Amino acid sequence: MVLNPGLGMEYHWQALPPDWPGNFWWHWLAFSVIILAFVLGLVMGFIWLERRGIGRFQIRLGPNRTGPFGLLQPIADAVKVLLKENIVPAAADKIVHWLAPLVAFVPTLMIFAVVPFQDGALLADLNVGVLYIVAISSISTVGIFMAGWSSSNKYSLLAAMRDVATVVSYEIPVVLSLAGVVLLAGSLSLNQIVMAQDIPFILLQPLAFLLFFIAASAEINRTPFDLLEADSELVAGFHIEYSGMKFALFYLTEYAEALAVSAIIATLFLGGWRGPVLPPWLWFVGKVVAVFSVMFWIRSTLPRVRIDQLMALAWKFLLPLALINLVVTAVQVLAWPEASLWAMVPVNVAIMAALVVTWSRLLKLGGGRVEV
Amino acid sequence: MLVNYGHIALFLAVAILFTLTTLLLPVTLRLLKVIPDKPNPAKQSTFECGMETIGKTWVQFNFRYYAYALVFLALDVLVVFLYPWAVNLRELGYYGLIGALILISIVVVGYLYAWKKKALEWK
Repeated sequence: MVLNPGLGMEYHWQALPPDWPGNFWWHWLAFSVIILAFVLGLVMGFIWLERRGIGRFQIRLGPNRTGPFGLLQPIADAVKVLLKENIVPAAADKIVHWLAPLVAFVPTLMIFAVVPFQDGALLADLNVGVLYIVAISSISTVGIFMAGWSSSNKYSLLAAMRDVATVVSYEIPVVLSLAGVVLLAGSLSLNQIVMAQDIPFILLQPLAFLLFFIAASAEINRTPFDLLEADSELVAGFHIEYSGMKFALFYLTEYAEALAVSAIIATLFLGGWRGPVLPPWLWFVGKVVAVFSVMFWIRSTLPRVRIDQLMALAWKFLLPLALINLVVTAVQVLAWPEASLWAMVPVNVAIMAALVVTWSRLLKLGGGRVEV
Repeated sequence: MLVNYGHIALFLAVAILFTLTTLLLPVTLRLLKVIPDKPNPAKQSTFECGMETIGKTWVQFNFRYYAYALVFLALDVLVVFLYPWAVNLRELGYYGLIGALILISIVVVGYLYAWKKKALEWK
């Protein structure tokens, strides 16, 4: 996947004007519809892909009765969940219980407002795009905490506390590893970061990619880090007392967050919509699906970590490495000659390998050791 | 620029409206008697593996990550300063780099102190 503008295969696709397809209101209407369709469509696709994929990983079939290859399973689930009785526990804080899914889902949807699907094809090309994503994505934690607290259930409350602990710990590695990308691109606008990637940043910033992938999967509670819904200890975590459509919204939020992380990784590290021959939006969707496939691959491979390991990983492994990565990148941005940018790739991969190996040795993470 | 924030605000309205519609759809269907509505005390009790919950849930709680939250605050402020620096590093040059390194090293000293004091252990 070498994206070399010298090949002349790119840039056939014209940049869209900032108020495509007409004026202010048409732009808003068009992109609201596109974003909603993109999120709902891909979330349903992801649910199907993950259930089928994990079925295969666990040597069973997965859902295959509704429609060809079980493709209609997410739709059947949606109808089922819509027709469920709405049960609110008598002891719950009713208003907060109702508001929690709203507070969790809306910020997740808002992330996609700044993600470019094609050159200039985004709702709002904010010049503080990365900062906007970092700021708005943390709000859905408030929704999850509201859900856990208002259910008046001890398991949910524990889950909510764990979620806050996780997000507080992993926010710093996420933000610091994104700062490495910002340093290289010299801009916070997502569209301009994509434009800056003549070499995809996964090659120039392999360590930042690794750190961001781990920290972001922890922040959205994907499986090796899904302590807030650890079924073996907390039953179902923060959504024990939720049923029907409100539960469905949390489920949707979970997958929309996975989609958001995949889209951010695809945009910031894999070159976003850039690629030869195929139309740019297809490249973008393809990269998003590829990143998500890696996420559920990890889910079906790794066992869940313990809470002390979770915190230690964030504070003693990811954070120092992210700081080192930031300083190294800053020096490289100033000192590295612009012409020999490709030579930076092996150097950075070597730095990453050396740092990861030394740090793991240093902390004796894994290998059956309890203290980290 | 303001146009972009206008789009963001309008999209916020769309997102809230969409979520509210999905939340209120079952309520409407319940009023139309499509969805059952038969509450009873057992159904509405708090879930607890077959037993009654003992005591209230909202009690004083040991939050072990208070120390984490303090370290987080310090580092988050550092990050807020680092972002504008990261965008403009090419213009700021080595002078800016040294300034940022001094700032980072001050925070790193605090971070190492917290590590040394075992504030980063989950006990």
